[in-house]
Amino acid sequence: MTTPLLRIDGLTKAYPGVVANDDVSFSIGRGAVHALLGENGAGKSTLVKMVYGLVRPDSGAMTFEGKPFAPNNPQEARASGIAMVFQHFSLFEALDVAENVALGMENPPPMRALAARIREVSETYGLPLTPERLVGDLSAGERQRVEIIRCLLQDPQLLIMDEPTSVLTPQEVEILFETLRKLQSEGTSILYISHKLEEIRALCDSATILRLGKVVGSADPKTTSAGELAAMMVGQELKVPTARDHTLGDVALEIKDLSVASPGAFGTSLRNVSLSLRKGEVLGIGGVAGNGQDELLGALSGEIRAPAASILLEGDRIGQLGPVARRGLGLLAAPEERLGHAAAPGMSLIENGALSGWLRRDLVSRKLVDWKKARTFAEEIIETFDVRTPGPGVAARALSGGNLQKFVVGREILQKPDVFIVNQPTWGVDASAAAAIRQALLDLAAKGAAVLVISQDLDELMEISTSFAALNEGRLSPVRSAEGLTVEEIGLMMGGAHGMEVAHV
Amino acid sequence: MDFGSINPVLLIASLMVASTPILLAAIGELVVERSGVLNLGVEGMMIVGAVSGFIVTVETQSPALGFVAGALGATLLSLVFGVLTLVFLSNQVATGLGLTLFGLGISALMGQEYAQLRTPTSPRWEFFGLNELPVIGPILFNQHPVVYLSLLLVVGVWWFLKTTRSGMILRAVGENHDAAHSLGYSVLGTRFAAIAFGGACAGLGGAFLSLVIVPQWTDGMTAGRGWIALAIVVFASWRAWRVLLGAYLFGGISVLQLNLQAAGFAIPVELLSMSPYLITILVLVIISSGRGRTGGQAPASLGRSFHASG
Repeated sequence: MTTPLLRIDGLTKAYPGVVANDDVSFSIGRGAVHALLGENGAGKSTLVKMVYGLVRPDSGAMTFEGKPFAPNNPQEARASGIAMVFQHFSLFEALDVAENVALGMENPPPMRALAARIREVSETYGLPLTPERLVGDLSAGERQRVEIIRCLLQDPQLLIMDEPTSVLTPQEVEILFETLRKLQSEGTSILYISHKLEEIRALCDSATILRLGKVVGSADPKTTSAGELAAMMVGQELKVPTARDHTLGDVALEIKDLSVASPGAFGTSLRNVSLSLRKGEVLGIGGVAGNGQDELLGALSGEIRAPAASILLEGDRIGQLGPVARRGLGLLAAPEERLGHAAAPGMSLIENGALSGWLRRDLVSRKLVDWKKARTFAEEIIETFDVRTPGPGVAARALSGGNLQKFVVGREILQKPDVFIVNQPTWGVDASAAAAIRQALLDLAAKGAAVLVISQDLDELMEISTSFAALNEGRLSPVRSAEGLTVEEIGLMMGGAHGMEVAHV
Repeated sequence: MDFGSINPVLLIASLMVASTPILLAAIGELVVERSGVLNLGVEGMMIVGAVSGFIVTVETQSPALGFVAGALGATLLSLVFGVLTLVFLSNQVATGLGLTLFGLGISALMGQEYAQLRTPTSPRWEFFGLNELPVIGPILFNQHPVVYLSLLLVVGVWWFLKTTRSGMILRAVGENHDAAHSLGYSVLGTRFAAIAFGGACAGLGGAFLSLVIVPQWTDGMTAGRGWIALAIVVFASWRAWRVLLGAYLFGGISVLQLNLQAAGFAIPVELLSMSPYLITILVLVIISSGRGRTGGQAPASLGRSFHASG
């Protein structure tokens, strides 16, 4: 047995009020793909930040290539041969690809030479990139390529990948895995962070499972079942959402040939989108981020106005109506971004509840907010959806992602929508909260509401949808029944692998 | 080629002089804002630069030392802003406004005893007689050294931001400070340096005003030039060349309207007086309204406080 590449010994890091990592130890062998598995908030990110020199541990030690290793900053970590692909990309939208790559390197060559290197390496690994393009114009998948190429140009010994597949189509994931396996065969070790069990089982040689900052076990993912891994990760058996049997009703929402321009400079316009949604139906819309999801939600919620006849609610033309008017008619929406779009970060839960629910829950009388009723409404959401918060007066930004997500989804569901549109209902939410939200969506449909779920999490869509369609470059694929649909078919509906190819060497 | 009593050659030569304080302040503020900091204290830093430069020149009889003192005085003030906003995370807008009020007050206090004095004039460069050339002589080869310095700074800032690694890091910090931090770049260090540079430039501009343009000390003599510099940075969409255009346009129209007033044109004086502000802003708005690559885009982290978390 050779010495491992990286040994982590008893690392502990505490923040005021929370121990992010408590006596964490494991090691990664040379050329191994090691998984770090855990729910959101389990301490995975803090741990890799310590390896990458962004956070100093309170106690504990690391050994890298047999030598003590205590990086003071990312530059030192990079110099030792560690590279990292961040979950929330560390990219600069207004800078071009080459500049973004240069910023992640210690001694970048002159720009022209660097551009040539980027072309060469991206060709080799089947991740084509144009060095001169602005990162703000790239799709999420392309942005990830920038991050990966940035790492590969430094010939790292250890590549850390923090939730890399959340923005990729199944085909793109497959190609990413090819790239990673090729790196592995060249002797690069990979620390792979994820909460997606099937991916880890497909890719990794060993796994360390974190829960609430502690190592709760290690496993060989090739031989351990996904269910066992999940149980270790969550600490309990997961309740899988179940759909109650019910029959579909009449058409509630119809979209006819909807085309709208994207309001954002870096957005995707919708082109000739048509669909119809029946009462009791859960229509899942898949697709890689940035293919028109935000625009579709905006057009349906009323934030973006559309030609009147292109959106019909119970046969009424509502394309020109604004969000408040649509709320009045029973069409409610919960956008993707929790902080800033779905909720005002600095305002309390009471205020955030009232901002959306004032009309349907009658929280305003004679232009004045009835704060008593508003508080009751917020408390009702908190109780019904098990939102963990000290109280309804707490600012939205103080809640964890999962809890705030439960709040913003619950806020709309409690207003008894007839049609409910939701974008990324469980993004960045831990498994048990995600299961609760999905169950709530199913219950809503069972009561006869029409539900449209836009999501990039295919497992989620497979779990709750009765029918499925995918967005690709602003166009919607034909709607299909979700029964019997395979992941490969879904991937093709999503546009397959966007200009990617398998590594050449 | 006179039309009326206005000589275009002298007009251009004097507009370059009149524009220099604004140009200096604006190019400094451009760097500050590109790093993601909104310092509204330009006016305050300019006037502190003006009074520091004036006092030191009176005491030492050396305009060169005066300019250095002007730059240093304003830098000191800008570092106060830096400590407050970067270390203590105070609100940048409120702190910047406070800086302006503070600068106006302390400069009046410092300059009390210097109000009636005069300084030795600092000579213009003459370039071995090249200044005798017709037309281009007075414009290109007979200016004050600081005018040349201001133009060098524009070129330097443009080159720095476009080609150097430090310039790229500065833009990165202004664009997404969290990402820059996670790549291991010092957000605070970069911003301190940018703020200090902005202070030095504003101070130099102030000193140019009190030592060359006027040249004497009066309370509040910057008369809103710092605010114009701020506006020019925004309307120039954070680009060095457009800042030069904006500053010269403003200075040019200011000089022209004074000439027109003197020549007795039948345009109301009030209209003439407001024309520099109107026309400068109008022209820069038209330029920046095109939605080009990043046309008109503010640095994404502009004005946001940075606190390293986790």
